[in-house]
Amino acid sequence: MTTTTEKKKSDFYQNLTTTEINVDSKDRALAEKVCEQAIIPTTKNEYWKYTRLTKLTKPKYIQQKEEIGDITSFVIDQDAFTLVFVNGFFNEDLSSKNKPSGVEFKILSEKEALPPLQATIEGALFTAINTKYLCDGVELVFKEKNQVKTPVQILHIIKGENTISNFRVLVKNERFSEGQLILGEFSEGGKTKLSNIVVDFKMEEQSKLHVDKIQFEDEETFHISTENIRQKKNSQFTINTITLNGALVRNNLNFEVKGENCESNLNGAYLLKGKQHVDNHTVVDHQVAHCNSNELYKGVIYDKGTAVFNGKVFVRQDAQKINAFQSNGNVLMSDYATVNSKPELEIYADDVKCSHGSTTGQLDEEAVFYLRTRGISEDSARELLIAAFIDEVLDMVQNENIRTFIDKIISARFHQNI
Amino acid sequence: MANYTEDDLAKDLEQQEYKFGFTTDIESDKIPKGLNEDIIRLISKKKEEPEWLLEYRLKAYRVWKNMVEPEWAHVEYEKPKFDEIIYYAAPKQKKKYESWDDVEPELKETMKKLGISMEEQKRLTGVAVDFVMDSVSVATSFKEKLKELGIIFCSFSEAVQEYPELVKEHLGTVVPMTDNFYAALNSAVFTDGSFCYIPKGVKCPMELSTYFRINESGTGQFERTLVVADEGSYVSYLEGCTAPQRDENQLHAAVVELIAKDNAEIKYSTVQNWYPGDKDGKGGVYNFVTKRGICERNAKISWTQVETGSAVTWKYPSCILKGDNSVGEFYSVAVTNNYQQADTGTKMIHLGKNTKSTIISKGISAGKSQNSYRGLVQVHASADHARNFSQCDSLLMTDKCGAHTFPYIECKNKTAKIEHEATTSKIGEDQIFYCLQRGISEEKAISMIVNGYCKEVLNQLPMEFAVEAQKLLTISLEGSVG
Repeated sequence: MTTTTEKKKSDFYQNLTTTEINVDSKDRALAEKVCEQAIIPTTKNEYWKYTRLTKLTKPKYIQQKEEIGDITSFVIDQDAFTLVFVNGFFNEDLSSKNKPSGVEFKILSEKEALPPLQATIEGALFTAINTKYLCDGVELVFKEKNQVKTPVQILHIIKGENTISNFRVLVKNERFSEGQLILGEFSEGGKTKLSNIVVDFKMEEQSKLHVDKIQFEDEETFHISTENIRQKKNSQFTINTITLNGALVRNNLNFEVKGENCESNLNGAYLLKGKQHVDNHTVVDHQVAHCNSNELYKGVIYDKGTAVFNGKVFVRQDAQKINAFQSNGNVLMSDYATVNSKPELEIYADDVKCSHGSTTGQLDEEAVFYLRTRGISEDSARELLIAAFIDEVLDMVQNENIRTFIDKIISARFHQNI
Repeated sequence: MANYTEDDLAKDLEQQEYKFGFTTDIESDKIPKGLNEDIIRLISKKKEEPEWLLEYRLKAYRVWKNMVEPEWAHVEYEKPKFDEIIYYAAPKQKKKYESWDDVEPELKETMKKLGISMEEQKRLTGVAVDFVMDSVSVATSFKEKLKELGIIFCSFSEAVQEYPELVKEHLGTVVPMTDNFYAALNSAVFTDGSFCYIPKGVKCPMELSTYFRINESGTGQFERTLVVADEGSYVSYLEGCTAPQRDENQLHAAVVELIAKDNAEIKYSTVQNWYPGDKDGKGGVYNFVTKRGICERNAKISWTQVETGSAVTWKYPSCILKGDNSVGEFYSVAVTNNYQQADTGTKMIHLGKNTKSTIISKGISAGKSQNSYRGLVQVHASADHARNFSQCDSLLMTDKCGAHTFPYIECKNKTAKIEHEATTSKIGEDQIFYCLQRGISEEKAISMIVNGYCKEVLNQLPMEFAVEAQKLLTISLEGSVG
């Protein structure tokens, strides 16, 4: 359905060196083909309708290893088992040593061969770049019948001018396993950087995974995330995408529900300021019957920010008894803020319950007035109402440490902005 | 009928034959098939058009030549071969009709079959009918009465001859020729249509109505409708369509332009029941229509449509809410059956302050059909306090059909309030059970539920039209709608 529209060939990834990691040979061949074609999607391409890549594709990126002194400001959960990656390369010194039992990890460059990628490479330029010029990454396995109570925290930090990080995480939840994963995406100095991250989640039968993804990069960082989730029978998967900062953030979230009785939850919150652009592109593909999916994305847009939401729910033929819910809410805080929302349903089965909703508006002036009559200052009143609006999503983050981390950033944001 | 189940209903629907499938045998005045500048000149000459209109057509043709057919819609069909189409066909006229009695009996018969017998309409309902048989209007009634009020309601070609300034001023102002592939094609080759002008402050006392009908085999229909409501006026306009049964695909690419000036109101209702193809998906009409209205200050445009026919529908009646406090409405019922495909919806462009729009769309898919809602709500930075409410519901009757929703919401103003909601479901077993429990047969129950489901939209239709709409719904979903 997505037609690629050809623009001029671009050279923003021409200076990169091809990876020495043993990616799957078919993947590699395909990636080389796509990189060779070099078709940069324009806004005429339905898939990129609301996101312009002009600025992102201007610099000539380079891969480089960087050192980082201190990561305390990036640690989201102090109690978690932490793996640190700088510009896509593993930093062993900064990572935790005491690996909890029930979970195994292996750095991709140390692996003999990588499994084929779940995410599609065909027609997806950034996934192809990630494959061909892969820096490094990690494979994480939650072992069979293990409930891992300690969260695993993967921190990715990008640093240095014109740096590109092609980083990959492969997560596998074996049968009856249970785990928690925190993905922290940060940056430290340097102009025009690009984080290009691909994450594959493989959910085996009866497995359960809770992912909290915190994006807090600076205004000089472009970010393209591609997550692909493949769920087997009776598995449960939850991902909360919290975007707190960044120049241009694009999150591609792709669910393939292949087994019955699965539950898929995807939630997102975004707070935009300046000229930030956040694009959440989600697809939930219900291929079999008896599954549930819940989607809730909420955002507050200040200044000249632009928020894009594109959610798609597929219900294939014969995938009966599906309950799929999708909701998007936006609050505009400035005259120059923009929201583009596109909640789509594509349904080929009749015995389903699917609904979607989208709302856009501003804070209720009467509610602000009510709070003011109670002696609360106007600024505090607005802050309270925004916090209440966004809390619906943030409440899905169950880990207290993560919540404290997010709240600290949001509260700092309020006091700069108002 | 006690054990009438949804499967039976599906079977009934499948076997449902097109009831209005008949061909009127009238000798036609045709031109060679295909399209080039000479053909356009020929059409223009045959219609004795002024120079500026020919220029307009030729310009549109040049634009069209460089355009590609759009492919974004959620429909699959065999592309029309544009050089196989005959772009002009008019029923051969031995003489001009002075009165209704002069009209050929065959034509009268056709109208009778359609249930819109003109005599009866004239006498009983007070509806003025501009009957379009293929591309040339052959009969117009109630003209005199409307003339007294200064209302112009005539065929497009007549308007070109008699009111060239009005046509020239407004033609292409809402749908420019560069708008899209089919609008450009229409601008180049449109043969006839309706023109309507309501002067300042006049409330049109009756519903204006046009019945379109495709007749000549292999003839594309390119209707052009232009409705201008001057300041403070009101008009309710009806459009209804049926087409004879035929095996080869017929292309219909109409353009409708509505202009509502300050404080004016236009209500535009459509019942569309062109031949949808047989139960194997063979034949049927391609319906690629561009409909758009523009609202000046305090004006209101309301689109109501009941879509039951056509093999492929591609139609988005839209409102440009340019003036402050203007209102746009869209009410739609789209029924698809067998292999029908519909991609329909609306666009609401909010430019003025305090503009309001409402979208209610009800889709019903049966058989192996695909029914999509595609809509755009766009709030520009200038549209303070714009308000939109959209609701699109889909009802699935079988497990082989599809119902899809593609809403686009673009907002650039913080004071705007936009709501969109959509649901997809089938008729609840508990609902049917409840009816059965009360002694209502399953068939009747389904009919009741579908009726209730569409009621919000059907209620918007003018009284004179509601009967017709119900008739068409009955035919499309016979066995379920009583």
